[in-house]
Amino acid sequence: MYSFEPSDEQKMLIDAVRRYAQSDLRSKAHEAEEECQLPASLIEKGWELGILQASFPEECGGFGEHSAVTGVLAVEEMAWGDMAGALAVMSPGLFALPIMLAGNNEQKERYLPDICQSEWQPYTAALIEPHFDFDPNELRTTATAKDGGYLLSGTKTYVPYAGNNECMIVYATLDGSTQGFILPKDTPGVVISERQKLLGINALPLYQVDLQDVFLPAGNHLNGRDGQGFASILDAMRVAMAAIAVGLSRAALEYAIDYAKDREVFGVKVAQKQAIAFMIAEMATEVEAIRLLTWEAAWMLDNGKEDASVSAYLALTGATDMAMMVTDRAVQVLGGHGYIREHPVELWMRNGRGIAMLNGLAMV
Amino acid sequence: MIDFEAPKPIAQQSFALTTVAENMMRPVSRYFDEQEHEIPWDYINFMHMAMRATGAGSLAPRKRKPKEGEEKKKYPPIGYQSLAFLLETLSWGDVGLYLCTPGGGVGAAAIEATGTPEQKQKFLARFATDKPTFGAMAMTESQAGSDTSAIRTTAILDEETDEWVLNGEKIFVTGGHKSLVDSDGLVVIWATIDPEAGRAGMRSFVIEAGTPGCQVTKLEHKMGIRASDTVSLVMQDCRVPFENILGSPEVVRRPRSKTGFKGAMQTFDATRPLVAATGIGVARASLDLVKEMLAQQGVSIRYGLPRQKLTNIEREVIDMEVMLRSAWLLVIKAVWMADNKLPNTREASMSKVRAGDVVNRITQKALELMGPIGYNRDHLLEKWFRDAKITDIYEGTGQINRLIVARNILGFHGRDLR
Repeated sequence: MYSFEPSDEQKMLIDAVRRYAQSDLRSKAHEAEEECQLPASLIEKGWELGILQASFPEECGGFGEHSAVTGVLAVEEMAWGDMAGALAVMSPGLFALPIMLAGNNEQKERYLPDICQSEWQPYTAALIEPHFDFDPNELRTTATAKDGGYLLSGTKTYVPYAGNNECMIVYATLDGSTQGFILPKDTPGVVISERQKLLGINALPLYQVDLQDVFLPAGNHLNGRDGQGFASILDAMRVAMAAIAVGLSRAALEYAIDYAKDREVFGVKVAQKQAIAFMIAEMATEVEAIRLLTWEAAWMLDNGKEDASVSAYLALTGATDMAMMVTDRAVQVLGGHGYIREHPVELWMRNGRGIAMLNGLAMV
Repeated sequence: MIDFEAPKPIAQQSFALTTVAENMMRPVSRYFDEQEHEIPWDYINFMHMAMRATGAGSLAPRKRKPKEGEEKKKYPPIGYQSLAFLLETLSWGDVGLYLCTPGGGVGAAAIEATGTPEQKQKFLARFATDKPTFGAMAMTESQAGSDTSAIRTTAILDEETDEWVLNGEKIFVTGGHKSLVDSDGLVVIWATIDPEAGRAGMRSFVIEAGTPGCQVTKLEHKMGIRASDTVSLVMQDCRVPFENILGSPEVVRRPRSKTGFKGAMQTFDATRPLVAATGIGVARASLDLVKEMLAQQGVSIRYGLPRQKLTNIEREVIDMEVMLRSAWLLVIKAVWMADNKLPNTREASMSKVRAGDVVNRITQKALELMGPIGYNRDHLLEKWFRDAKITDIYEGTGQINRLIVARNILGFHGRDLR
């Protein structure tokens, strides 16, 4: 039976995240981007909302159950505040969720309660690789069985918090499929680059990570589902990134609306010109359409529907185009002012272009 | 709780509808496209019988006899959702033929949305009789398309006989011939009771088949949806009883009330997502056929690959899937809101904007992807390309619907954003 109404619990969560996104993330976003740094207290406050903790059952130290729909709703609100901030707050999920989805019981017991019950800690994951046709299902980073463990080699890029991480998951090709490995900090053979400088999301610290014959014991392999867990990890990444795109685009749309209703031109508000009003109508239609596509994909994942993976892929594909279209137009609605960094729309446009390239930096 | 599962009764009707589309529509699609103005009676009679037997296509709440000892459970309203699915599937079969489906159509929808209980009883009962019967709505005039305030058809009350006297000419009346000539149906006519009052003077009137003074004067020849008739109507001192004016007597007596025009707009909130659904059906038909033809050539779509690794054809098909699915979800949300009596002006127009865009993009792309094969009348792709275009025109052009979405979002009235 169709319904587009979140549950009461979800509404409470959305309200809480929205307040945080507005009064904390949004208000600090400009400074954080310019100074390439998010205040630790800001991240901690977001962590205390408990979005990730609510995704885990009690035996893993959490207080809820995993739901892609709930995750998507929360992440959209976060990203409405600031994309870099949202990715930072949710970063431990890049480590914890794959362990829940693909890890074995020992790994779950060892890591999940500590992550859920502690303050925010820099847990992370390394998926993306620095070449133009990067494909998460055909990684160039390899894992080879050796001496009761695995040797990992390859180069990863855009790894959040790699510089001072507690522990990360590294994805590599093993026996023809993508599989996850737990890489503790200070493991020999790992070289972490200087901090990377990107087109956008500069408040989030990202690094390149080189792995040269890095030995990991067999117990570090995420083998809870015989190494077949990556499909569900990738699905969860795709809907999360799609939701981030929706939140970001909604922010740009709303900002453009407010501006267009305020700015005078030829004796009327600029929004009273059809050329602008039609752009806004199309932006709003696009955001609503892709938002529903994202919700549906998340719902399909939660309900184990057959085509859920294709839906998640299509949602991210649509979200990629939406983010670019909507943020570009938001800058255009503001005209010259949109190009000035005092207004947030140019940052959102730079962030929006990243949606396609940054899949792997968020998970629900 | 967010849920994307189609209600059970809808899922259950889906197979039967697809069977109708495949067996009653597709085989005669080309024939009725080429024999414009020939009436597809086989389809009409079959649908009339089938819909009477199943109750499909009716907005009336579903009645189910409770089993012994079982408490009567009230099923949530899904009338508009069921209709959207019905229309989408039949339009996937053939949108021109779908438009010949017997029933009240947009005329009945207008009566449903704005009529009194007595009017609903009086005018809608005919659609449940033995004979297939049609309803239509007449708004457009030669000088008044999207700008409905320019309507010049007049309705003057003759107080002696308590009748309305209508004069004027309507064009582009979808299904007007079937409603007035081929069956004992009706047309809902928009007219002004006060030409000085603009929209405030607008009212809608029911003209029943056989009413003297109302003539079908022209059958249009169209780009697509050729199985469906589009006519002009001329009213010359056409008299209808007082109670044929839609709405409560109070509305009727207050000459400058805006309620009459709002009635038309409320009708659109219900019908726009449904028209959008027909466009989605055409788009899905085209995309299905493109994928089938590609598969025959050994081309499969590798979902999940990064875009940089996809072929151009794969990218196009994937983009078409995104467009189609997201547009359909907008339709579902808009009709779900209508069923739940939530104000849905914005969502209704959004669904129409999106569907109008998407069905044109997809049918146009489908031809391009199939190259010379697509342009040939051996296949239905070129027909669907022609059928698609009307989706972005009738029931409010894409531009009018953008205007409505924009006003709604910006909190503007008509005078703020013209």
